[in-house]
Amino acid sequence: MGETLLEVKNIVTEFRTADGQLPAVRDVSFSLQKGETLCIVGESGCGKSITSLSVIGLLPSNGKITNGEVLYEGSPIHNLSPEKMRQIRGNKISMIFQEPMTALNPVLTIGFQLREPLMLHHKLSKGEATKQGIELLKQVGIPYPEKRMNQYPHELSGGMRQRVMIAIALSCNPGLLIADEPTTALDVTIQAQILDLINDLKSKLNMGVMMITHDMGVVAEVADRVMVMYAGKKVEEGDVEEIFNNPKHPYTIGLLNSVPNVDDPDFELEPIPGSLPSLSEQITGCRFHARCKFATDKCRSHEPAVFQVSDTHKVSCWLEEEGVH
Amino acid sequence: MAEAVPALGAKIKRAKKKESSFLVTTKRLLKNKLAVVGLVIIAIQIALAIFAPLLTFHDPVKQNLKISELPMFSDGHWLGTDNYGRDVWSRVVFGARISLIVGIIAVSLGLFGGIILGLLGGYYQKLDGVIMRIVDLLFSFPGILLAMLIIAILGTSLVNVAIAISIWSIPSCARIVRGSVLSIKEKEYIMAMKSLGASDLRIMVKHILPNATAPIIVFATMRMATAILSTASLSYLGLGAQPPTPEWGAMISQGQAFMWTSPHLTIIPGIAIMLTVFAFNVVGDGLRDAIDPNMDIQ
Repeated sequence: MGETLLEVKNIVTEFRTADGQLPAVRDVSFSLQKGETLCIVGESGCGKSITSLSVIGLLPSNGKITNGEVLYEGSPIHNLSPEKMRQIRGNKISMIFQEPMTALNPVLTIGFQLREPLMLHHKLSKGEATKQGIELLKQVGIPYPEKRMNQYPHELSGGMRQRVMIAIALSCNPGLLIADEPTTALDVTIQAQILDLINDLKSKLNMGVMMITHDMGVVAEVADRVMVMYAGKKVEEGDVEEIFNNPKHPYTIGLLNSVPNVDDPDFELEPIPGSLPSLSEQITGCRFHARCKFATDKCRSHEPAVFQVSDTHKVSCWLEEEGVH
Repeated sequence: MAEAVPALGAKIKRAKKKESSFLVTTKRLLKNKLAVVGLVIIAIQIALAIFAPLLTFHDPVKQNLKISELPMFSDGHWLGTDNYGRDVWSRVVFGARISLIVGIIAVSLGLFGGIILGLLGGYYQKLDGVIMRIVDLLFSFPGILLAMLIIAILGTSLVNVAIAISIWSIPSCARIVRGSVLSIKEKEYIMAMKSLGASDLRIMVKHILPNATAPIIVFATMRMATAILSTASLSYLGLGAQPPTPEWGAMISQGQAFMWTSPHLTIIPGIAIMLTVFAFNVVGDGLRDAIDPNMDIQ
């Protein structure tokens, strides 16, 4: 901990669509230390994936970062040439995806896909890459790695494939791992194993992990810090204890209340009414006010400022100013 | 999830998984009787082409006017001789060589061009419009006319026939490849490769192309039939093989003057062309069915 790995300052990511320029990420800032896990939480379509794709520079062709900057180890990477960015991807910043079933090429062997980043970035020969690939498979806990190298993705189970994905992503010892809902497609026991694995490797390699999820259980298990996003904006950010024990934003509270609690039989699930506004919807004031039961006139007319709850805990909600909580 | 499959199901699954896709495809292909007939014909043709000098006793181009127009089953010439006394069997066998070689060259060149254009068009949206309009332009010519035009420019020879036919194969191949690339490039594993920093070229050649091989193989097989037929047509028209080259189309062209006195001079090369084209077509059809994953239900 300590050294800043990634700093994202006020980025705005916009999409060119038939309805004009639509911002999917609105003025989001956050930072990530080495050896730290930041969870980005929010419901589908709130901009968490786009935020991560903005960092790694893989936005769809109609998307663009129109404002703000992304700093990796202090130097800007959002404006690098495609060729320079390509050298960073896989080498310094890696990504694992939601669906291990589709994130491996079905017609190529595990070995082939594992060798690719090694031969690409470290310029290893095929033999050396194979040797290192076997080591990597061992590292992610895959039995019989020599045999696996010659197998095709369909011969492995979902959990195994996700392990392979992790091995591929970590092959060049990246400083930052972006995990886009890495456990959503896996069943619960495998989920826990994969999360443990990511946690182990994180501390072993001292890398930063940016985990995107909508599963509060996952957040509780792995996160050091949590950032809650809603409709393209950051609404709350804080240490994991602060977010779970002392959530400030009504949206965060809503998210936490919509997770079943098995320990408390009297606990009642409380869904957040309504649904996420579309990107093209013009909303004045707080973007959450239409679904917020505490919304005041001020919320409807003025965009909330950011309030500092503690050194690490920030929330953008007018309620904080009035001290309702 | 694969782990959740009950024990029995898992066993079945495992038993099935052991076979490589190549083996599965071959097995399915061999179930198709017509395709097997086609494979046998192709195998015979390849054998004829390779061992032509061993299977014939006469020089295919050597004339001997003393024994011209011998009928079939004559002594020493079981398929007879043509008007110059050349052994028809030798000419048909050496003709197999020419047809196959020209076909292979034409199809490979066509694939080469078509795959490049298809990959570029499918992968880069910006190039797509331009490339596909060029392809449309090539499509707008009737095939044989385009080939004749190209030969008129390049001159008559078998090599030029191969080039002409390959150029004519490019547009269909490009379309097939482009279609596959368009769907494959949106797959998550391509995104994953991008996130590992692979270059566009690497992604196209090493990651997208292997996924598109099935339609390309089927296309190439079917195209062989067309290429062989076109070579024969062009040679028949006098634009391809020049006498005394033992080319099937040219043989028909020369033989047609003797249609009434020696019909075997046209019928035998005609049958050779027909069988070859038939064989490649049924094998192509069989391959398409065998590679199609939806056939798994059977």
